[in-house]
Amino acid sequence: MHDTPPLLRFDGVTCRFGDVTAVGPGEGGVSCDIAYGSFVALVGASGSGKSTLLKTVNTLVEPTGGRVLFGGEDVTQLKPARLRRRVGYVFQGIGLFPHFSVAENIAIGPRLAGEKLPPERIAELLALVELDPGYATRMPDELSGGQRQRVGVARALAGGPELLIMDEPFGALDPVTRDALGRKVRELHETLGLTTVMVTHDMAEALLLADRVLVMDKGALVADESPRALLAGEGGPVAQRLASVPREQAERLAAMETPAEGGA
Amino acid sequence: MGDIWDLLPGLGDKLAAHVVLSASAIGLAMLIALPMAVWAGRSRIVSRLALSLASLVQTIPALALLALFFPLLLSLRSVFGEGLPTLGFLPALMALTLYALLPILRNAVTAQANLDEGVLEAADGVGMTKWQKLVLVEAPLSAPFIMAGIRTASVWTIGAATLATTIGQPSLGDPIFAGLQTQNWALVLAGCLASAGLALAADNLLWVIEVGLARRKRWMTYGGMAVVVLGILAALWGQGQDPEDRPIVIAAKQFSEQYILAQLIGAQLEAAGYRVEYRDGLGSAVVHSAVASSSIDISVDYTGTIWTNYLKRADNPGREAMYETIREWEQRENGVKVLGRLGFENAYAFAMRADRAQALGVTSLADLVGKAPQLTVGGDPEFFERPEWLAVRDAYGLRFGKTRNFAPTFMYNALASGEADVISAYTSDGRIAADRLVVLEDPKGALPSYDALLMLSPRIAADEGVLTALQPLIGAISVEAMREANFAVDREDAGKLTPTAAAEELARKSGL
Repeated sequence: MHDTPPLLRFDGVTCRFGDVTAVGPGEGGVSCDIAYGSFVALVGASGSGKSTLLKTVNTLVEPTGGRVLFGGEDVTQLKPARLRRRVGYVFQGIGLFPHFSVAENIAIGPRLAGEKLPPERIAELLALVELDPGYATRMPDELSGGQRQRVGVARALAGGPELLIMDEPFGALDPVTRDALGRKVRELHETLGLTTVMVTHDMAEALLLADRVLVMDKGALVADESPRALLAGEGGPVAQRLASVPREQAERLAAMETPAEGGA
Repeated sequence: MGDIWDLLPGLGDKLAAHVVLSASAIGLAMLIALPMAVWAGRSRIVSRLALSLASLVQTIPALALLALFFPLLLSLRSVFGEGLPTLGFLPALMALTLYALLPILRNAVTAQANLDEGVLEAADGVGMTKWQKLVLVEAPLSAPFIMAGIRTASVWTIGAATLATTIGQPSLGDPIFAGLQTQNWALVLAGCLASAGLALAADNLLWVIEVGLARRKRWMTYGGMAVVVLGILAALWGQGQDPEDRPIVIAAKQFSEQYILAQLIGAQLEAAGYRVEYRDGLGSAVVHSAVASSSIDISVDYTGTIWTNYLKRADNPGREAMYETIREWEQRENGVKVLGRLGFENAYAFAMRADRAQALGVTSLADLVGKAPQLTVGGDPEFFERPEWLAVRDAYGLRFGKTRNFAPTFMYNALASGEADVISAYTSDGRIAADRLVVLEDPKGALPSYDALLMLSPRIAADEGVLTALQPLIGAISVEAMREANFAVDREDAGKLTPTAAAEELARKSGL
């Protein structure tokens, strides 16, 4: 299907914590390829292992078995600091450094690599996430939740990453902010030519943003479909149970919009 | 109490010593506790172990902790050689450091444990190494909490440092202990005020730093730190005035007689042109070894104390033989010169009210034998366990009807009220004269002698000038004169004297 090698490859990955196998319980572990430029959603219930699998990419979790290849190289063989500069990371906790200004937060990755980001670049990154350049000097506790996560996204993009990985990035935001930020990230994905992997438990979000949806259940990869195929009923029972929720909600909402006609 | 304000300016050197000691202890505690907290943050076992140990140290009373370092350092001399100081700054520093560990360690560990998970994940996520994470994230975010721990430690340490006096380290405890012993409340209050003032000042300064760290106000943080550093430097400078030829250091144990004699000796030396310094309120064991190591130059000790505690003897060869043996032993074992006997004894004795003694026809212990079963004997809590009591009891075959323990201050009241007929007393105690008590004779010589000895450290043992200046003291002080001087310091009424005044009076009466 792909002519170029994939940007990211999970090759028989298993993650065990003591007696618990979080990822890859069966024979062979979890294997899958993520192509350049794709926007992949990793969906599953709580405890399905999706976050754990995602964190093997930037080695916040080290797999007990198998390998994760980034651009053909085993991630555990790369220097963590260098790897994490090439992989932007956005997560639910946001984790802005409270003692750093917005600008310092955004510039931290390049700073660790010995590079000082000029104010123009900070302003440019703020503009990418639709924040006024004046925010650069603010402290994180002066921002709203949505603004903080925008800064979080800007920080992930500051090093010019090839891959953006996101762990429930909008989980703690209100629905309006969540929708706006989701669209923004999808837009950035297009304009910056990123490859994006997003973990979410919200199938609707996955279907609307991603062009490929991976479904995990009890540590195993149980479906790998396009949103359209999932909506058409593909992907097996677990995926369908997840997909049925937004589909039914959409049908009920649509039904409300159709005026009730007498005798119909 | 207007005299407190007159006393305070004179405490400058004690304050400087107090600041240097406290600051060193807190600094050292930080050097130990902070890396330990980092380690504890990465290992549950280390965290448990470190915190339990630090808590355990806290349960030891500060006074005991300070005293415990003396035998510890003494035993370490076999490793580090005789040059290892066992008294003064080093043991005080070690004990206070241990004491300061807990608050710093606990706050640092708690601060680390309570750091926002998200922030730590972000630190990893942006590619920080462990070291960068510690320096850029964990340390600055924990700093206000750690500072709060350092504040607590500082207040504790400054308070506990007053106890360093008991192991020969000058501190603001000097006026407190001296005042307590001689019931000079102005002196006690002056010492307390100075140490409380220092603790408050330190607390407030560190609070400024803490707030500066928490609110990220650099001028507060750095301003506070600058004042702290300046204060410590000033104290160091004030203390650094110590020239090469140090003054002659005179020790006093924790009772009035010792304070008076120290002043008497000091006056004698000053008259001969020597500079002197006093170390007051020292523990008995501390004094003896401090003289041997020349960290103190002159002390007054007692034959009976040295006989049982250092020569470990239980027999009683008689007053002269005991003195000669001790003199020779001190010279041989410690290089300490026993210049001679001051002339009085501060021995254990038995005392009775004059009217009661007359009614019973008792003048000596031998007279008591037949009457003892009808009488009550009182003693301080340890007396009936001491070899002196066993010796007297067995020598005379004394069987008292009742044996009662009293705190030393109440023994005399018990005697006055008739709750006790006979009490154990110290022969030079001022209250014997004040209450006109009869001290019973000891015809069988069962009680060991407690001749007051003038002891000189190896450092000054051969100093002709010192020897000449002190020679007139030998044999010059009668037990009556000493009792009077002791009473003048101990009494509560208008006739109360300071140890210095009592020493002048004693010198005059003894023809010095």
